[in-house]
This record gives sequence, structure tokens and C-alpha cells, in this order.
Amino acid sequence: MTYFLLIIGAVFVNNFVLCQFLGICPFLGVSKKTDTALGMGLAVIFVMGIASVFTWLIQKLLVLAGIEYLQTIAFILVIAALVQLVEMVLKRFMPALYSALGVYLPLITTNCAVLGVAILNIQIYGVASGESLLQAFLNGVFSGVGFTIAILLLAGIREKMDVDMVPKPFRGFPITLIAASIMAMAFAAFGGMIS
Amino acid sequence: MKPSKSKIFTNGIITSNPVFRLVLGTCPTLAVTTSAFNGLGMGLAATLVLVCSNALVSLLRKVIPDKVRIPCFVLIIATFVTLVEMLLKRFVPALYSALGIYLPLIVVNCIILARAEAFASTNTVGDSILDGLGMGLGFTLSLMTMGFIREFLGAGTIFVGSLGEIEFGATLGAMPDYAMSVFVMPAGGFLVFGLMMALINWAMDKYEQKRKAKLEAEALHIEESKRYLDEIAESEEVKVENLEGQEVEA
Repeated sequence: MTYFLLIIGAVFVNNFVLCQFLGICPFLGVSKKTDTALGMGLAVIFVMGIASVFTWLIQKLLVLAGIEYLQTIAFILVIAALVQLVEMVLKRFMPALYSALGVYLPLITTNCAVLGVAILNIQIYGVASGESLLQAFLNGVFSGVGFTIAILLLAGIREKMDVDMVPKPFRGFPITLIAASIMAMAFAAFGGMIS
Repeated sequence: MKPSKSKIFTNGIITSNPVFRLVLGTCPTLAVTTSAFNGLGMGLAATLVLVCSNALVSLLRKVIPDKVRIPCFVLIIATFVTLVEMLLKRFVPALYSALGIYLPLIVVNCIILARAEAFASTNTVGDSILDGLGMGLGFTLSLMTMGFIREFLGAGTIFVGSLGEIEFGATLGAMPDYAMSVFVMPAGGFLVFGLMMALINWAMDKYEQKRKAKLEAEALHIEESKRYLDEIAESEEVKVENLEGQEVEA
């Protein structure tokens, strides 16, 4: 039951994009078409799941060594290296998946959602028990799923909006932001579902 | 042509304002602007990191190999972010807890990496510091403006905050009773950001049109005065010819 609540919480209640403002750059930047949005979303799920596990291990090491204040530096380096590694492994062993995700992977290093989920995991679950590793992993993957749902919905709206007559000053980002605002209102209704 | 010092500085504040014109650093822009004070704090923290990282990147621009420059930049930025984090935790704990997770996330704020890559890695230290100051100030002003609007509409207060033991800010009469809390919620953040960007686009369009019209009017004026001068010159020639003719007759 706790895991079920964790998943619902990560996908809807604390939706990364619409409730916590993490990963807004790709949310606005790569949401012009539904298929590119889906590619970005899958890449984010993939990297966030792996990064959650690795940063948990790194934090454990940092705690053992008593140098927790290096968290930010260590995490960003690990994530950058991890993204590079994932790219190389995919290219070598899963060329089909690589060609689908390829272009989006380098963009993910500077996606604050990945670093965000790593830091939040440590803040919420800590590194004390083995159970927290599973929780961190699930939170990483399903926060990614929440990101994917949000970016797919926005991409669908933007595709429709392309053929609409939008007043000139609103074209491009402003009308997208206002659409996102209405989406955020809808997602705000999930608030309070889990206390 | 090399841009002047003042041009480098003002570039980030108006013409390529990082938030409203370049649309960089949108995550902190939306997340921490629930009050003007938080916006100011976030802006200043990011400015400090931006100036320091710009200076160091520029200083090391001939040492850093081209192929590994991005990891180097990220490492430099992360170092300064950690320093700022420690300073805030020690001296302004209220702001430290208000900014929360967005403070370490300055590392992945695209403004800082973008300026390191686009400006500091090819310019002198002095220019890079100026650029960092201008961009940081533009970022801070944008965040404060958004924070001010959202705080006023969403909570009914003006610039409430505390620095150590000193508390400041104002409440407008019965305004908090009529506050629309949606404005301090995520939906309000997106809405205010979208409307402000539209307003700035509109103002920039108007300004461009005016400038174009002014240029055209000037061009017209120059042409007219040229024609006038030509006419004068022609009539002078005619006069001279007439005079010469008279002289010959005489």
C-alpha cells in the first residue's frame, strides 16, 4: 500500500513539472510535437531511474566519509558521467533504443529534474535502510512517468494550437505558459489526495 | 566591432533579458517567485554564482581543453554553488530554507552554463564579470517583479521577509482577506509568467515599430532636404548662366 501511494504521489500529486517546477526547460522546449515529447519523456524516465540508484550509493559513500557538503558537486558529476555512460552503452548494445532516445540524452544532464529527484530522494528517504533504495528508485522512475504525462499532454495541446489564430504577442512561449497554467490548475485538484 | 562596456552590462537587463527574452532559467523563475523577497534572494544568489563562474571560466579559458570544457564549466559552477549554499545556511537561514531544493539546483540553471559557454569562454575577465553582473541583475529584476505581482495578488502583502532578526514588509488593509491564493500556487506562476512575457513582447513590438517609423521619417526628411538643396543649386546655376549671358551681351 505504501508503494502504491508513493507511485500515485510521484505521478500525480507531486507532479514534477506542474506542481514542483522541475524540468521546465525541456517541458517548454521539446513539447512542439507528441513524438519528440514521448522520446524525451522516455529518456527522462530511464535516466531518472538509474540516477536515483547511483546517487543513493554515492550519498552512502559521502556519509561514510563524512563529507556530505560535497553532495551537489558529487551528484552533478555522477549524473553527467552516467548520462555519457548510458549513451555509450545504448549505442553499443541497443542501437534501436539509442536512435530513439539519442538526441535527448545529452540534454538531460542539464535537466534540473534529474538532479532534483536525486536531492529530494535523499531528503525524503535518507540512506539509512535498504528499503530507502527501493523507494528512491520507484520515486525516480515514477516522477519520470509524471514528467512524461505532463509533456505529452502539453505537446497534444500545442499541436492543436498551431492551427489556431493566436494574438501576435501571445505566440510561442506565452500561450504555451498559459496552457500549462490551466493544466497546473487541473493537477492542483490532485492535491490533498495523499497527506 | 567590439561592444562597449556599458553595452555589455545593459545587454542582460533589457535587450536579452535572460528570463523574458532568452527564456533561460525558467525553473527557479516559476518556483521561488511566490514572494518578492524570495525572488530577490534567488536572484542575488544566482548573480553571485554567475559573476564568480564567469570570472573563473574566463581566467581559465586558455587552459581548459575544448573537448572537456562543459564538464569543467559544470564543476566550476558547482563549486561556487556549494560555497553560496554554505554562506546562506550560516548567515541567512530563513532564505536558505525558503529557497530549499532550488538553491543546489542553481548548478543546472541554464543561464549560468549558457553565459560560460557563450560569453566567458571567449572574452576577457573584466568583460565577463560585467556580463555576469548585467545578466544577474536582469535575472534578479525579473524574479523580483514576478514575485511582487504574485505576492500582492496571492497573499495580499508587499515584500514580506526577514533577515536574521529584522522583519520587514507591509500588509495592505484588508487585502489579505481578498487574496487569490491561486497566484501563489503553480498555476498562478505559469499564468503570471505567460502574461508578462506577452506584455513584454507587445511592448518590444511597439518599440520596434516606432523605431522603424522614426528611421523612415528621417530618411524621408534627408531626401527632401537633398531635393531642396538640389533645387537651390539648380536655380543658382541658372542665375549664374543668366549673369554670364548678360555679361557677354554687355
